[in-house]
Amino acid sequence: MENFNYHRPASVDDAVKAAKAKPDAKYMSGGMTLIPTMKQGLASPSDIIDLGALKNAGVSLGSSLVIKAGTTHAEVAASADVKKAIPALAGLAANIGDPHVRHKGTIGGSIANNDPAADYPAACVGLGATIHTNARKIAADDFFTGMFSTALEDGEVVTAVEFPLPKKAGYAKFPNPASRYAMIGVFVADTAGGVRASVTGAGSGVFRAKDVEAALGNGFASASLNGVKVSAKDISSDLHASAEYRAHLITVMAKRAVDAAK
Amino acid sequence: MPAISMKVNGEAVCGDVEGRTLMVEFIREKLGLTGTHVGCDTSQCGACVVLVNGKAVKACTALAIAHDGAEVTTVEGLAKDGKMHPMQEAFRDNHGLQCGFCTPGMVIASIDMVNRLGKDLSEDTIRHELEGNICRCTGYHNIVAAVKAGAANM
Repeated sequence: MENFNYHRPASVDDAVKAAKAKPDAKYMSGGMTLIPTMKQGLASPSDIIDLGALKNAGVSLGSSLVIKAGTTHAEVAASADVKKAIPALAGLAANIGDPHVRHKGTIGGSIANNDPAADYPAACVGLGATIHTNARKIAADDFFTGMFSTALEDGEVVTAVEFPLPKKAGYAKFPNPASRYAMIGVFVADTAGGVRASVTGAGSGVFRAKDVEAALGNGFASASLNGVKVSAKDISSDLHASAEYRAHLITVMAKRAVDAAK
Repeated sequence: MPAISMKVNGEAVCGDVEGRTLMVEFIREKLGLTGTHVGCDTSQCGACVVLVNGKAVKACTALAIAHDGAEVTTVEGLAKDGKMHPMQEAFRDNHGLQCGFCTPGMVIASIDMVNRLGKDLSEDTIRHELEGNICRCTGYHNIVAAVKAGAANM
């Protein structure tokens, strides 16, 4: 791994200042993706801005569920408020990576990285979350812009994720047996604004499955999805699964997610 | 190079590190505690797992400098007064290892599991919780038995 200058700011303002001062700086939250990426030489930032000292972690439940960006997957999975308000989200967090990864990885880091097979982007889009940053609030539908890319500007940092409370929500993923990333993961939610269904692991990034949403709009039950065939166009093929297989999995996982919804 | 200090296995330690110095490099190369292993070096195998402030983390995927002031427990810190930790005893009694390379990480991860979930662990729970620890010898059967027995004795 190339060496870098290490910064550990104590406030969001200082973090943003440090990041803006160096064009090749990178924020680090839990480091569960960034450190392996740097070890492989796929990233070599000049400066690492470690967000660990911000102590920006915790969950609050009111008319919506707000999870601060530095909250680890383990903390989300164990939170009584998350379990009560959106059990599907607690279950999703409990199945990211493995226990050691969940002790370090954070929700803010995961969504800012926007891995095309990560779990949290599916929850954010599926629930219609709002991403809070140091500068503004961004709707999840506008936040995830493609493979490893987001609407975040240079130096902009995620501070929290706000989830509206759904009537019901469920998540099901078919994990890659080695990496635990989603081969396909589908998040479904019956919300005040209608049914939402998002897909991760299928291609260049999380997206809403309009066919699934339309079918579930006729009744939020897995039987509504009988006969729904998702097109394999724009879905990726790799050594783990063909596009056709992944497309088929979308309906299968959507059904499981609806059946599991609470 | 910045100097950092930690408490490792109850002892105060310090050393100079680069930004890129990994926790596992600090532990093995600066402190000479080679019980913590580097298996895959790609954050998957769990041979490098140590307890940091009471929680299991992959020492190959953590920067030493980010853990200035932390309390760390490695496999060397488990035995007390010449007597092995109950989880270590259970791995021996149940033949939960063959080559032993993954064992330090397995034992630390298992202790973390008990700390979080209690002593009464089902086989399903143990298998799910060990997803971050890979063994290429045993086929896991005896490891699961060892964790169950070790947990009960903790």
